[in-house]
Amino acid sequence: MSTTSNSMTFNIRIWRQKNAQTPGKLVEYKLDGISPDMSFLEMLDQLNERLYAKGEEPVAFDHDCREGICGMCSLNVNGIPHGPDSQVTICQTHMRIFKDGQTITIEPWRSTAFPVIKDCVVNRSAFDRIIQAGGFVSVNTGGTPDANALPISKEIADLAMDAAACIGCGACVAACKNSSALLFVSAKASQLNLLPQGKAEKDRRVLKMVETMDAEGFGACTNTNSCEAVCPKGIPVTFIAQLNRDYAWAMLKGAAAEPKATVGGA
Amino acid sequence: MPLIKFLRSTVGLKIIMGLTGAALFAFTVIHMVGNLQIFLGQEALNNYAQMLHASDEVIWGFRLGLGAVAALHILCAVVLTIRNRAARGKESYAEYAAPGASLASRTMAVSGVIVAAFIIFHLLHFTTQTIDPSFKELTEIHKGAERHDVYAMVIKGFSVTWVSVFYIISVALVSFHLSHGIASCFRSMGLTNPAYREVQEWFGLAFAIIIFVGMAAVPAAVLLGLVKL
Repeated sequence: MSTTSNSMTFNIRIWRQKNAQTPGKLVEYKLDGISPDMSFLEMLDQLNERLYAKGEEPVAFDHDCREGICGMCSLNVNGIPHGPDSQVTICQTHMRIFKDGQTITIEPWRSTAFPVIKDCVVNRSAFDRIIQAGGFVSVNTGGTPDANALPISKEIADLAMDAAACIGCGACVAACKNSSALLFVSAKASQLNLLPQGKAEKDRRVLKMVETMDAEGFGACTNTNSCEAVCPKGIPVTFIAQLNRDYAWAMLKGAAAEPKATVGGA
Repeated sequence: MPLIKFLRSTVGLKIIMGLTGAALFAFTVIHMVGNLQIFLGQEALNNYAQMLHASDEVIWGFRLGLGAVAALHILCAVVLTIRNRAARGKESYAEYAAPGASLASRTMAVSGVIVAAFIIFHLLHFTTQTIDPSFKELTEIHKGAERHDVYAMVIKGFSVTWVSVFYIISVALVSFHLSHGIASCFRSMGLTNPAYREVQEWFGLAFAIIIFVGMAAVPAAVLLGLVKL
């Protein structure tokens, strides 16, 4: 508890933008009395309370669980999505990792597919539309199947679980010089493609998700590894290679062709 | 049409970039091995050159094929670069750290343009011999027949200091492009998984260095007088 008495001072440069139509700019605020034990978002709460007390508009930023699992927080801090701490979201980052008196630059995710709504809040519904295109399995309702009826090796179960760790925050897009969404798309496709429950719709899923990803205006993957470096869940880029492979197979199989009525069929 | 869907998708275009990149890399390795025969002497290099030029049909088929592969690689790169720039958007970051990304990986378009410019110069220099037309007159008598003396041409070409220095800098940029490109080919073609990733990255880095050493060895050896007529 001894650290709580050391209060820190920061020079906060944060993106202020009234709405999508109005151009924004970085605004500087001097912020003192910050405890090193505060989370990054608690620091922003402090800033907002002071702005509110002065009758100014508080800074809008996305947040929900503040436990690093919901994927809502989305701040680019000093040029790095989710800040300098590796494999954590910005909500789980503490002020003690910054230097007293430091300037901290806070910007929203930047991508054509993620337009700014206000201040540091961006619209990430493009991700929802990619999920709607194929990030699901079709299951017949009925009794719960026996858990052991479908054998899955430990290696595959672990790999699918690694992919499923994606919280859909969009840091991969924010970090990528091309605003590519491939780490997200590959994780969301692979978590289902790897498992027997997801195999049936694998080809269609991969093609639909890639098609939607392109239509939403995300860029291509140039294998820079930036996405992997900032991913709060440490999802590896090897899933992107897996998606490329699955995409190539689906194409070779002709899965992208319009279905034709077969002889004697409906 | 599935093929049109494939050619429209960023993933499809990257698969083409990977395939064409791998083909261009394979050619670069063969080219390097061919060049190194200069160290076996005039007879060996000129025999090799004569063998390559033995059939017009074969060499022109090869040239056109290689040219088409290079054109496809460049075309996909241009299309993807335009799309990537548009995806990034008008508003850029005030601060951008490019975490985890190597310099080579972030500058592939720039190094690619420089490599392309170098290849054009190289073709005008040694293939069409437009830059120095006197190269065409370098011949030797071998087994009673006259043939082009490639050995003499290489030595004459690289005896000019600025040309040699320019070639060494250029092959350094080729290997810089390859230091990211080789491993990236595997990834784009979908041939990477957690077990192979590290091996492919080392393979890429190792071959980038091998290409630089092997390619720069020829102008360096001529400049240093290790290979002479």
